[in-house]
Amino acid sequence: MRKILIAATAVMLAAGASLFSASAADKLKVGFIYLGPIGDLGWTYQHELARQALVKEFGDKIETTYLENVSEGPDSERSIEQLVRAGNKLIFTTSFGYMEPTLKVAKKYPDVHFEHATGYKRDKNMSTYSGRFYEGRYIQGIIAAKMSKSGVLGYIGSFPIPEVISGINATILGAQTINPNIKVKIIWANSWFDPGKEADAAKALLDQGADVIMQHTDSPAAMQIASERGKLAFGQDSEMIKFGPKAQLTSIEDNWAPYYIDRVKAQLDGTWKSEDTWGGLKSKLVVMAPYTNMPDDVKKLAMDTEAAIVDGKLFPFKCPVLGQDGKEIECKGGDHLADGQVLGMNFYVKGIDDTIPGK
Amino acid sequence: MQLVLEKRAERSNVIALISPLIAIGLTIVTMSILFAILGKNPILALGVYFIDPLTDSYSLQEIAVKATPLVMIAIGLSLCYLANVWNIGAEGQFLIGAVAGSWLAVKTQGTDAGHWVLPAMLLLGAAAGALYALIPAICKVRFGASEILTSLMLVYVADLFLDYLVRGPWRDPAGFNFPTTAEFDPVATVPVLIQGGRLHLGAVIALLVVAAATVLLGRTIKGFEIRVVGAAPRAARFGGFNSDQLILLTFAISGALAGLAGIIEVAGPVGHLQPGISPGYGFTAIIVAFLGRLNPIGILIAGLFLALTFIGGEQAQIAMKIPLDVTKVFQGILLFYVLACDSLILYRFRLVFPTRKVSSGTA
Amino acid sequence: MGLLEAIILSVLAASTPLLIAATGELVTERSGVLNLGVEGMMIVGAACGFGGTWLTGSTIIGALCGIGAGVLLSLVFAMMTLGLAVNQVATGLALTILGIGLSGLIGAGFVGERITPAPHLYIPGLTDIPLVGRILFGEDGFIYLSLALVVAVWLFLYRTRAGLVLRAAGDNHVSAHALGYPVLRIRMFAVMFGGGCAGLAGAYLPLAYTPFFIPGMTAGRGWIALALVVFSSWRPGRLVIGAYLFGAVTILQLHAQGLGLGIPSQFMSALPYLATVIVLVLISRARTGGSTAPAALGTVFVPDR
Repeated sequence: MRKILIAATAVMLAAGASLFSASAADKLKVGFIYLGPIGDLGWTYQHELARQALVKEFGDKIETTYLENVSEGPDSERSIEQLVRAGNKLIFTTSFGYMEPTLKVAKKYPDVHFEHATGYKRDKNMSTYSGRFYEGRYIQGIIAAKMSKSGVLGYIGSFPIPEVISGINATILGAQTINPNIKVKIIWANSWFDPGKEADAAKALLDQGADVIMQHTDSPAAMQIASERGKLAFGQDSEMIKFGPKAQLTSIEDNWAPYYIDRVKAQLDGTWKSEDTWGGLKSKLVVMAPYTNMPDDVKKLAMDTEAAIVDGKLFPFKCPVLGQDGKEIECKGGDHLADGQVLGMNFYVKGIDDTIPGK
Repeated sequence: MQLVLEKRAERSNVIALISPLIAIGLTIVTMSILFAILGKNPILALGVYFIDPLTDSYSLQEIAVKATPLVMIAIGLSLCYLANVWNIGAEGQFLIGAVAGSWLAVKTQGTDAGHWVLPAMLLLGAAAGALYALIPAICKVRFGASEILTSLMLVYVADLFLDYLVRGPWRDPAGFNFPTTAEFDPVATVPVLIQGGRLHLGAVIALLVVAAATVLLGRTIKGFEIRVVGAAPRAARFGGFNSDQLILLTFAISGALAGLAGIIEVAGPVGHLQPGISPGYGFTAIIVAFLGRLNPIGILIAGLFLALTFIGGEQAQIAMKIPLDVTKVFQGILLFYVLACDSLILYRFRLVFPTRKVSSGTA
Repeated sequence: MGLLEAIILSVLAASTPLLIAATGELVTERSGVLNLGVEGMMIVGAACGFGGTWLTGSTIIGALCGIGAGVLLSLVFAMMTLGLAVNQVATGLALTILGIGLSGLIGAGFVGERITPAPHLYIPGLTDIPLVGRILFGEDGFIYLSLALVVAVWLFLYRTRAGLVLRAAGDNHVSAHALGYPVLRIRMFAVMFGGGCAGLAGAYLPLAYTPFFIPGMTAGRGWIALALVVFSSWRPGRLVIGAYLFGAVTILQLHAQGLGLGIPSQFMSALPYLATVIVLVLISRARTGGSTAPAALGTVFVPDR
């Protein structure tokens, strides 16, 4: 009996081992850690699209693996390490909360390369990357001010972190170039992804008089509500237009594919270096979905603004930027706010009648 | 002809011994069918789930790391369940313990505090967990409110409280406003036992807890009282056991253990306080408690086994693209089978043939 | 549409799944069975309900699928707790975990798809009455169904013999059995009814509330439904009040943010749960000697022959 058990175990081990070694020396193994399900139609979905682009681009040269629904607690460190132990040499961890775990694993395995999204800690073998979403928000602000009849915008925020705050500020700054008295109502969902709450928040915003909805959350719920009520909205991350064919004005799409392709190519060529990438419209890390449901002149204005940002002629955070109290924010970037100021932004600009939670 | 359940005259010791094996066997069969439906090779999948994690030191350490909070919390819960009170709020007590201990870590950050910090943090965590658990216990004892629901509601409150703290007052000032405290100083971190792995002192503490519980339940009067109050409340009353006091005691202990597990987890594998530090340990521990049949050694084994399935599940996701939901299904099914097989210890089936019905007086 | 009317409509919609699930669980608990698996049954109902509508295009079929899924899962629970006399708390929790896992597997293929949301009633003339028109005559079928369900359950429990027998089984199963009533069979039907309601409540979320399926979309509503049953002292009338109160707190918290009131959002989100605890304490105090739960709630019953 014992011999049979040992033999069976050996067979299973061999089978398992062969599973790992089959994809052996030649292929580069690339791993991904996803926060949510790949079907969330939002943040994770965009990363997944980029991963599929990698597969298409490099074919047999690489083998990709992903883990979805990895919570940002202690389990994430194990998940990252398991990817390393499974032979992955380039690993993308796609959420801020993976920062410390990625750092810990990176220190343990100096010959594996790590790419961490939206973080700020790096190492010799750990890069960071993120998108200048605020550029897209600025354009959205302009469109929203043009299209809003009530002069009130509704904003569904996830968490009051700088990325979201800078998005709100950029939106208002853009809107103020069209309507200096534009108003915005902000509701915090306290989640990146909670369709029920986002739907309720959208309803509350619309009920309170907003007629253009923007979101920094990941589900199509708000778009759906706006569409139901005949109002307008901006999608988030991926094209939510199928939930609001007559409601979506545009959407900020995270276009990670070119960056991912670059990094994999560098890895294959042996030229990979730790970097900090913060790309926007110019590098096509941020892409605007087609402008729909708006008159041609608004469309032209949006496209012109986009072009101006790409050409470096227009900066959303052009100085002087006024704080809520009307005083000018110190301008550390020459004629526009420095990157560091945007990355750590924790104030509202003038024109927003609200307080940031937790201050 | 009917299949009828009836109570046995006395416990069947044979069934008590083999029922976990039957349950595991049934689970493996059911899971194999599930794997087949999903289009995965059942033998391979079972191997990745159960055998592979046992084959290397890293996975073994990870199993211990994952099992540590589960076992600690489950031991505490078992005390409550033996006394027939249902603490469902261990998750909340875990979080509150983590918050309380972290308070000290954040307070002493950057100061050159001595080695008293970590033990103090652990004590704070345990105390806070105990106090938080006493809320539903007092509501039950004084007001008769259902402890199941009060303890459960407090889980949500604890979660939101933690969220508020890390997004507001306790945010790392150098952290670009992200919702996390700064990394804890080394004196505020639970030491690792083996370099290169994550196995930490918490595992030793968990083993001590198991030993303590075995002694408590098996050899002390209080332990006896706890078991009697749950199994035979009337006898307990006649014996003069104060059931109210026992309710408070068991809740306090289980809250303390959950809180302790919380701060150990935060000061150990995680290293800072952030939202979402628990992937549902408080609830998984309930399964562990039942799988271990409310017995300390059983809970240790059950905790390790369940941790094995978590680690195995993650490896299965990598190696065979099996979705993580399968792990939850597996755990649910295992618990069902264990509970079902265990019922045969106290009851048995009998075939009953119809007898002539005597018409009753009431229409 | 005025702000008040809009808020009431939102509250109605948010409260409906709570009301439906809680009504089913109320019947289950009145018969003496505590089924903690409501969250699991709801979320499987959501997955199957969405699937049914997505495959056939019909809201009604989706709703039936949701109900069916809930009933099936509750049967597993019934087999264990009634057939095998297993501990009800443990079984309920196992059911929740199993349900969450199953719904993830079933629903995996549906993520990213959308369906047409359930149609709303429209009666020309009536629906357009300001303030009450849309509330009374312009909602989707689930909302009317939920209220009809509560009324039906109330009538059943208090105005029919079968309802009386069910309550007897919950209050004193030994006596009920002695009187010749099939306690286990009554409880089984009560559990199945509870399962069907939970499944329907879960299905409401993707069919009417947000017309797509996301794993975990019930977000703990099953647990709130359980709390509601206790909150309502096991009385259908109070259940309606409780459900709408909970829905109101959830919605008003968002409106408060929109209006710029500076209360921390986490505190607002915690209010419903805190409120439940406080109410549980208050109503338990009000009764002499504890709560008014069905006396045999949660106890195992094995009929002796």
